[in-house]
Amino acid sequence: MQAVKYARATSVDEAVQMLRDGGDVARVLAGGTDVIVLARERRRDIDLFVDVKHIPDLIGVSFTAGQGLSIGAATPLYDVYNHADVKAHYAALVEASHVIGGTAIQGRASLGGNLANSSPAADGIPAMIALGGVAHLAGPNGKRDVSIAEFCTAPGRNVLETGEFIVSLSFPDPAANSGSAWERFIPRNEMDIAVANAGVYIALDGDTVTDARISIGAVAPTPLNVTAAADALIGKPLTDDTIEAAAAAARDAARPISDMRGSEQQRKHLTGVLVTRMIRKAVARARGEE
Amino acid sequence: MTTDERIVVTSTINGEERQWLSSSRDSLLEALRERLGLTGAKEGCNNGNCGACSVIMNGRLVNSCLVMAAECEGAEITTIEGMAQGEELHPLQTAFLEEAALQCGICTPGFLISSKALLEWKPDPSEEEIRFWLAGNLCRCTGYDKIIRAVEKAAEEMRS
Amino acid sequence: MVATPEKPEYKVIGTRPVRPDGMDKVTGRAEFGADVKLENVLYGAVLRSPHAHARIKRIDTSKAEALPGVKAIATHDDFPKQETGSLDLGEGSANPVWLVENVLAGAKTLYHGHAVAAVAAIDQHIAEDALALIEVEYEVLPHVIDVREAMLPNAPVILDDLRTNVRAKGADTPKDVPTNIALHMRIEKGDIAQGFEEADVIVEREYTTSQAHQGYIEPQNGTAFWSRDGHLTIWCSTQGTFSIRNQCATLLGIPESRIKVVPMEIGGGFGGKLTVYLEPIAAVLSKKTNRPVKMWMPRADIIRATGPTSATHNRVKIGVKRDGTITAAEVNLAYAAGAFPGSPVGAGAQCALAPYDIANQRIDGFDVVTNTPKTQAYRAPGAPASEHAVEATLDEIAEQLNMDPMDLRLKNAAKEGGTNSAGQPWPRIGAEAVMQAVKNHPHYTSELHGDDTGRGVALGFWFNGGMESSSSATVNSDGTVSLILGSMDIGGSRASLAMQLAETLGLTMDDVNPHFVDTDSVGWNAVTAGSRTTFAGGWVAYDLGEEIKKQVTARAARMWDVELDQVTYEDGKITGPDDAEGKPRSMTFKEIAKQLQRTGGLIAVSATSRRNTQGAAYAGHIVDLKVDRETGKVAILRYTAIQDVGTAIHPSYVEGQIQGGAAQGVGMALNEEYYYDAEGHVVNASLLDYRMPVANDLPMIETELVEVPNPGHPFGVRGVGEVPIVPPMPAIRNAIYDAIGVRLYATPMSPRRILEETLPREDA
Repeated sequence: MQAVKYARATSVDEAVQMLRDGGDVARVLAGGTDVIVLARERRRDIDLFVDVKHIPDLIGVSFTAGQGLSIGAATPLYDVYNHADVKAHYAALVEASHVIGGTAIQGRASLGGNLANSSPAADGIPAMIALGGVAHLAGPNGKRDVSIAEFCTAPGRNVLETGEFIVSLSFPDPAANSGSAWERFIPRNEMDIAVANAGVYIALDGDTVTDARISIGAVAPTPLNVTAAADALIGKPLTDDTIEAAAAAARDAARPISDMRGSEQQRKHLTGVLVTRMIRKAVARARGEE
Repeated sequence: MTTDERIVVTSTINGEERQWLSSSRDSLLEALRERLGLTGAKEGCNNGNCGACSVIMNGRLVNSCLVMAAECEGAEITTIEGMAQGEELHPLQTAFLEEAALQCGICTPGFLISSKALLEWKPDPSEEEIRFWLAGNLCRCTGYDKIIRAVEKAAEEMRS
Repeated sequence: MVATPEKPEYKVIGTRPVRPDGMDKVTGRAEFGADVKLENVLYGAVLRSPHAHARIKRIDTSKAEALPGVKAIATHDDFPKQETGSLDLGEGSANPVWLVENVLAGAKTLYHGHAVAAVAAIDQHIAEDALALIEVEYEVLPHVIDVREAMLPNAPVILDDLRTNVRAKGADTPKDVPTNIALHMRIEKGDIAQGFEEADVIVEREYTTSQAHQGYIEPQNGTAFWSRDGHLTIWCSTQGTFSIRNQCATLLGIPESRIKVVPMEIGGGFGGKLTVYLEPIAAVLSKKTNRPVKMWMPRADIIRATGPTSATHNRVKIGVKRDGTITAAEVNLAYAAGAFPGSPVGAGAQCALAPYDIANQRIDGFDVVTNTPKTQAYRAPGAPASEHAVEATLDEIAEQLNMDPMDLRLKNAAKEGGTNSAGQPWPRIGAEAVMQAVKNHPHYTSELHGDDTGRGVALGFWFNGGMESSSSATVNSDGTVSLILGSMDIGGSRASLAMQLAETLGLTMDDVNPHFVDTDSVGWNAVTAGSRTTFAGGWVAYDLGEEIKKQVTARAARMWDVELDQVTYEDGKITGPDDAEGKPRSMTFKEIAKQLQRTGGLIAVSATSRRNTQGAAYAGHIVDLKVDRETGKVAILRYTAIQDVGTAIHPSYVEGQIQGGAAQGVGMALNEEYYYDAEGHVVNASLLDYRMPVANDLPMIETELVEVPNPGHPFGVRGVGEVPIVPPMPAIRNAIYDAIGVRLYATPMSPRRILEETLPREDA
């Protein structure tokens, strides 16, 4: 491990102060399941870990009907996917959180960390995009909110400014008759980075889609919010053709690379498969069939 | 080159208050093994992919290779050394022995801690749930079959 | 006493007692190599080459040496010059000239991750910091990774002095040119030209298998400490303490008697922990610092720099008559050896056709160096790749002949009285019994339901090793027996050996205490590998038991003052003739043990076995799987592993070996491979991307233990550990064909490869 020091913050302001003093070699330490590896492999210069897990604002899950869901950025995934309200209303979030790493990773890793790490293949981000999530940030210039769909800018890069960090994530109350779903493709059955993943949210009025969000990951420099795919569904009755059109739009938006985890052709193909499957699953949930 | 710090950390480990001198660079795994002589948790990969270092920290199953020792100030930690209650083995430990759920034994502490956490979360898991929960614990010797059977047996024993 | 085909009633053998080391292993008390606890320890770390092939022009360690906390540096120059030769590793051998180069590179680095220098410091972090301060100037050279490319005449030459050792009569392989082909060997019998003439159907196919790592969860480790009078103690996790002692003595240039190797528990080996990596380095660093130096490998180093099994390219041509009789078989194997010669192509050649009685055969094997880590033994080394090619081809032939795949195999089964590929006669073997057991198994005849589901079968063979084991035993005054062992326990053998001794003496498992001791405390033992430990160690346990029985019987005769031939030992009881009052004389083992001390002393015996009457092992696996056509993902639905185990001493551990071997084979079949970039770097050097099966990748693995006792062992033991890794690759390959009609010729049969076959081809 490179030479790194540790400091523990107990309030947002204290964390802002510590990060400001630490400069650009100071990093937020939430679950550590990405950043400790980064530091140990010496892929970034890190001099100081600022532990934010003892700041009340960053831990906890709360849901209010009519308002939505708020998750502290450093809340362990285990506490997210076991939460009754998350299970009841935000299926995509449960599905994504439950497979990031294994159970022991989930005892520490957080959605805020997944978002801040900004991997193109992150599992949590497409689910959060599909659910219309917003990230609430704090930093030396005060507080601001950023739509999760706009958070990542390049592989491992995002809109966070020096010294800025994520305090919490919020998600709107899902509409009545809506459902969400998320799935990834991996070669094994756990413990892999996604070859491709997709998160979908569908709201229905009868057979007509009133709202949709389709997000795909591991197929571009950042997770994508494919508005063209959503547009292929919104305002129309849901049919095999509209689903295929949405999947095709998602495939078109995907611009994957070939690497040790997957080939370009494979990823493009899987994008279509996963989007199709997730639309169907989200719809089944919207209809109360699942 | 930046420097690290010598730090004193106080945690409750297996029910006992322990205080030790660590480098601020140490992981909890390194502290357990090299500073505290608690070598039950193992290093298999040092990046969260094998589960051989599993411990329970503040009630959550975690990979101790991905916890900094410094974070453990005030924490409650259970390691394999604390799994038996005095002379009495945990039903999982007994089941692993009876069902021959270990061959070389290097992954066993991780599996036992992980299974203990599983049965605390759900006392009657299905085979599928057991396999999914334990997916973060790699075993190269057993093919997992007898491990799963041992967990099922212990779960049944604990429910009765 | 030699086992008869009918299994006797055993009292201990065949039961499932809790293993003697179990308690320590479930409580975290068992000490594996890196758990060694010594005072005043320094920590070592190794700097490794970032290039696939490079000349070392200059190493400057001065900045590293100046870092506070660093106590010593080691490089290749710290080892004495080696003489060319052959060190027996048990499975395979090593030339000291190359072995020392692999430990720390001298003039050239030959693979990404090749060790270049090492550091000892007061903690691991500082040791790592120091690595970054070592300056190495490299001249990067062209590299070659692929085994076929390495065989081409214009391939970059990796070892300048290497010339092909041609052991193939009639072959025209050049012998005197610089090359990467270290060996061309050939096994043949009969007349294959004639044999192919007689064939009605001939199928010829080519296959490649990927480099795969043993994947033991415990990293390689080594701790060394010298006494002031020049004696070296090494603590390490190894499959062979005596082999490590021998290798270290050679590389360090000191007598073997000055080295003591202390066996720690070993967290998996599978053949990969037979050679030294860190031990000699730790020894050098310890000598320089006068402190114990402890080292273990980070996982990335394990994957890049320790022995995988070969990547291979194989061609198989088989000719059959319409009725299924195989008339001829030609096999051509090219195995990558990594940076130094010594792939398991010879063993692969021996095993390729071993399940079958084929009159006309020719098997050619090429051992080829490549800029990849030096290969090491990996569970039935060489056999999975060659047998995969044969088993996959037989499946195609069965289909062409419209014959049941097992019937095709049964028709050609190897039997006692026939000969193997080299023309040597088979003793009693279980080939037919296993094939029949597969055919008769309910899994084989069960219904398979669902779309895109398929079933595949395949056989496996491994010859098993004998080699040498020594042990000693002492009878304690409380009637227990201490069994002192020198062959490591990597899968439960200490229990099996204790059971064999208990059976011989008519005692229970609880009465036998097995211990592992260091190399100063027991006679020479060969490695725990080659599936030989329960066989050879068992012979020794049996011999020890027989000797104890003899001595106890003699002692009783003396105590009772009767003739020796009037005393019998049976089932843990010694009986003699009636006494003067007509009362029968008898003592239990415990009773006589209590009296040994004052009737002539305690009994201590030792024995060595060098027998080579081990039995070969056959296996047959049946797998049902489902392929998701849209994603290429394979889900294993049901798995049955049938194997001839001779006699199952401890059935739970025999089953465990079979299940574990099968799981590794599944990994090789589905997802395990190395990814090299264009510069020859291993890019997937972590357990995230070197994908071994996880718990929910597998179902329960049903086992059937067929017992065809080995006549060459008192309890009929055959080695069991290795053969189970052989059938999974071809069984899965055959099942994928059954499921979706796609024949794959490369492994692993990952979702990516399956999709490449099933998706419409895109024009570039």
